[in-house]
Amino acid sequence: MSAVDVSEAITQARGGEWAGGAPALTTRSGAPHIAGEPAAEASAAAVERWPADGVPPNPGAWLTTTASRKAIDRIRRENKRDDKQREAHMLYDDDPPEPLGAIEDERLRLIFTCCHPALAMETRVALTLRMVGGLTVSEIARAFLVQETAMGQRITRAKAKIKGARIPYRVPSAEDLPRRVSGVLAVLFLVFNEGYLATGPDTDPVRHDLTAEAIRLTRLIRDLMPQDGEVAGLLALMLLTEARRTARVSASGELVTLDEQDRGAWDAALVAEGHRLVRERLAAAAAGVAPGRYQILAAINAVHTSARDVRDTDWSQVVALYDQLVRIDPSPIVALNRAVAVAELDGAEVALAAVDRLEDKLAGYHAFHATRADLLRRLGRGQQARAAYDKAIELAGNTAEIASLTRRRDRLR
Amino acid sequence: MQYLVSVIDDKTNSATPDEMAAIKAFNRRIQAEGHWVFAGGLNAPSTATVIDNRGGEALFTDGPFVETKEYLAGFWVFEAPDLDVALKIAAEGSKACNRKVEVRPFL
Repeated sequence: MSAVDVSEAITQARGGEWAGGAPALTTRSGAPHIAGEPAAEASAAAVERWPADGVPPNPGAWLTTTASRKAIDRIRRENKRDDKQREAHMLYDDDPPEPLGAIEDERLRLIFTCCHPALAMETRVALTLRMVGGLTVSEIARAFLVQETAMGQRITRAKAKIKGARIPYRVPSAEDLPRRVSGVLAVLFLVFNEGYLATGPDTDPVRHDLTAEAIRLTRLIRDLMPQDGEVAGLLALMLLTEARRTARVSASGELVTLDEQDRGAWDAALVAEGHRLVRERLAAAAAGVAPGRYQILAAINAVHTSARDVRDTDWSQVVALYDQLVRIDPSPIVALNRAVAVAELDGAEVALAAVDRLEDKLAGYHAFHATRADLLRRLGRGQQARAAYDKAIELAGNTAEIASLTRRRDRLR
Repeated sequence: MQYLVSVIDDKTNSATPDEMAAIKAFNRRIQAEGHWVFAGGLNAPSTATVIDNRGGEALFTDGPFVETKEYLAGFWVFEAPDLDVALKIAAEGSKACNRKVEVRPFL
């Protein structure tokens, strides 16, 4: 093939499909300047290869694909920082999701049956762990601090109701799916949290089996509903939390708070995947889709996991995200977590005033007293801090957390 | 599969004309859709009589078998393939009669 023929093929391709290819590429990379140069590079590659290999059957598509690859290479070259690479990967990773296999299908049907709204919330969690997660009744009973016989009865009753009332064994119709999936996410979040801060006095402080199962099941839901923002948000939240798991408990079995964790021990792959999902949702939010609570919580965790040192944390961003969260979830627990970030931004005194306003609602919650204790310690009010730590220790259920609180209390002098 | 949908109320025959119209419209629709089996409103629990004929002689007692503040004021019996469908119809019924309802499957 002559150079003239190749040149003509390129011109034709660029005039036709290429016209559609370039803007698409620009939008996908999010950086308009990228489109021009990779386009030229793709043409150059065509000049080099087409005379030898022949003009491909779809020259326009070849150019677009080649330009895409060049754009990715360019981003990788120009931005040494990992997150840009991940962004490029995220933006161009448009492989269609694998079709669900029979086993996954079966599990999805089971999840939706176990998380049916006609069952009580605790029953849904227990049933999901038993039927989908394969945990034994005694393991579930231990996780929820109830007698094994009571848990056994609860599960038996639930199975009888599923059968007797004919709770359908199927994935809900597209029309019902968005409503039903939020119930499933609530269950999976509870399973994850139980794993991440196990309440039992005899269980491991962090139960990887539960966190891993929750992540696996959330991935399944994401395969089913790849466009759902809250599914992506919950998965990101779990991944960014799970990434810190090994740094979270010290060798002596003590819970290590976020500010004291060895950030080098965080799982970089999980952090990267979580960040990718958060960026996907940020792009949707920028396009006008209001984020739900899981997405906002994931974004908060993305800010934390973006800081290589706790001192690099963008606290104003964290507080801004909590403000957003308070608007859709005005619960006292959200307000408590917001106060922790406020302490970093506006000082412990401002934060303590905000925490003290929550006493009516949170007096029975160990984290309320632990947060107060830390703030009082920072303000040099040792005696009050000690009393607050005592109260937190009395109310806490997790062994590693009790160890951590005890150490912080005993450090007071 | 049949489901009993009980209407829970603390008064008897208390539906407003608007509620009655909504119930009628709802009934016609579920008849057309093939879910209707039976329905009815009940008089006050104080009009009930409990009968015990286990001992050979029928014993009559005035009043309901259990006194509660809220009670069964009426009911529907629906035909539905599964609980999801039954819950959906029952939710529409609750809206139409403006009362809480309880869905219970037949054996």
